[in-house]
Amino acid sequence: MDISAIILMLVGMTIIWGGLIASILYAIRVGRHKDGGDTGF
Amino acid sequence: MAKREEWGSRTGFILAAAGSAIGLGDVWRWPYIAYSNGGGAFFIPYLFAFLTAGIPILLLEYAIGHRYRGSTPLSFRRIGKGFEWVGWWQVAISFVIGCYYAVIIAWAISYTLFSFGLSWGQDPESFFITEYLQAPAQPSGLGGLVGGVLIPLLVVWGITLFVLARGVKRGIELASRIMMPVFFVLFILIVIRSVTLPGALDGLNTLFKPDWAALTDSNVWVAAYAQIFFSLSICFAIMVTYASYLPKKADLSNTALIVGFSNSTVELLAGIGVFGALGFLAAASNSPVTKVVDDGIPLIFIAFPTLIDQLPALNQLFAIVFFLSLVIAGLTSQISIVEVYVSALREKFDMGRTASVLIGGGAAALVSVAFATRGGLYILDAADHYINEIGAVSAGLLEVVLAAWIYRQIEQLREHSNAISDVRVGKWWSWSLMFVTPVVLAFILFDNLRTELFGARNYEGYPTDFLLRYGWMVVVASLVFGVALTLKRWNEEAIDLGAAREVGA
Repeated sequence: MDISAIILMLVGMTIIWGGLIASILYAIRVGRHKDGGDTGF
Repeated sequence: MAKREEWGSRTGFILAAAGSAIGLGDVWRWPYIAYSNGGGAFFIPYLFAFLTAGIPILLLEYAIGHRYRGSTPLSFRRIGKGFEWVGWWQVAISFVIGCYYAVIIAWAISYTLFSFGLSWGQDPESFFITEYLQAPAQPSGLGGLVGGVLIPLLVVWGITLFVLARGVKRGIELASRIMMPVFFVLFILIVIRSVTLPGALDGLNTLFKPDWAALTDSNVWVAAYAQIFFSLSICFAIMVTYASYLPKKADLSNTALIVGFSNSTVELLAGIGVFGALGFLAAASNSPVTKVVDDGIPLIFIAFPTLIDQLPALNQLFAIVFFLSLVIAGLTSQISIVEVYVSALREKFDMGRTASVLIGGGAAALVSVAFATRGGLYILDAADHYINEIGAVSAGLLEVVLAAWIYRQIEQLREHSNAISDVRVGKWWSWSLMFVTPVVLAFILFDNLRTELFGARNYEGYPTDFLLRYGWMVVVASLVFGVALTLKRWNEEAIDLGAAREVGA
């Protein structure tokens, strides 16, 4: 694979999957604080 | 006024909303759009569109559904009298999409069963078009019913209506909690197998190799916005409906981020899986990857069976997992599409859930039989093209313009979201919805209309009378349906938001 293709694939993965993981972790942390229960709205 | 149904948990809502957004389009559309619009460079317009249109519209619809606590037509009616018809138009568009989407899921069910014996043989194209669908060489009319499509179609409707009849928490949420994790596992298995095939790296290189010059082409940016628009289930009345079932205390903004990123995650995984597999197909057939690239229905039902035939081992298992994952992805989207009109009819005509499922879903099931005929493939293609490219884009543009400029809802909705959400959205959200999104949607609509009306040839070369009947007429009929239902008066109590909030309706 071209180096530019590899870099772009990794950058895309980092931004998109990183965004998903960060938003889920944030929801888990804050959700627990807000409700203290398992509904976590 | 009865108490409104609610999701049982935030996870349940996220899985249902992500299940709605993640559908067949993620698999068959994103990889090709990315490849043909700059490859790796496409990430830049794609992420820009994601942040300036995808997340803003998703959050707009969550905020409308949550604040006005109704199906899309009722929520829009509570915003303003002149807004309701757009909601009904979107409901009608979802009705049309639900009719033919069920048929594609039915094909995937058939192909899951065909996978056990690799029934498509050495010529998957001929098998799909001639043997399975029994489609004529040229589009004409309906033709006779195709039993091989009709039977799985009945299964699709049986599952969909059963889930919806059980309600939001015990039906949609429970189904999503079961189906989405299964989908993720199956899908990841496919991607892992695809990228470990010989030639897969060539496929990935073809997909991600950047063409930086593409960034100066306005069509590439329009393609990125169109991809975001079509893949997130926005402006189809789905997300307003789903958000209306959230409890009063609910985080809207971070949930929108999770759902949006989930959809993009699957799109990126699909790109890697599809192009890894296409790289293998190219290597096996001694052709360049660019010669085997495809999208849409041909990618799923012709290219994939072709490459499955070439796999070195476990062909049947790969085929079963692949088509089963499509069935699951399709069903979770189909459930959300049908819930749109089940919910809308229920509120407008003050009927119970079971009655609205049987009437709304039953009517859609009957209409969908038209797509299970010998001419169904062409009718589906025409209806899908026009209802999305013209109908959905027009209704989406109207939604954003009316919400932002006519009824001036954006700041109120931003305050509403910020008051209950942990991630506060700034002015960028308002500007995206007031300026960027309407301009881009207007340009996409203008460009689509220009292509359809003044293009050198008809869509797919189909006869004009055929496109008028099954393309344009479907769009016009959905609009007429939307206006007609708006004329039916609401029960005054139903549109009273204050009373609804008091009883939790």
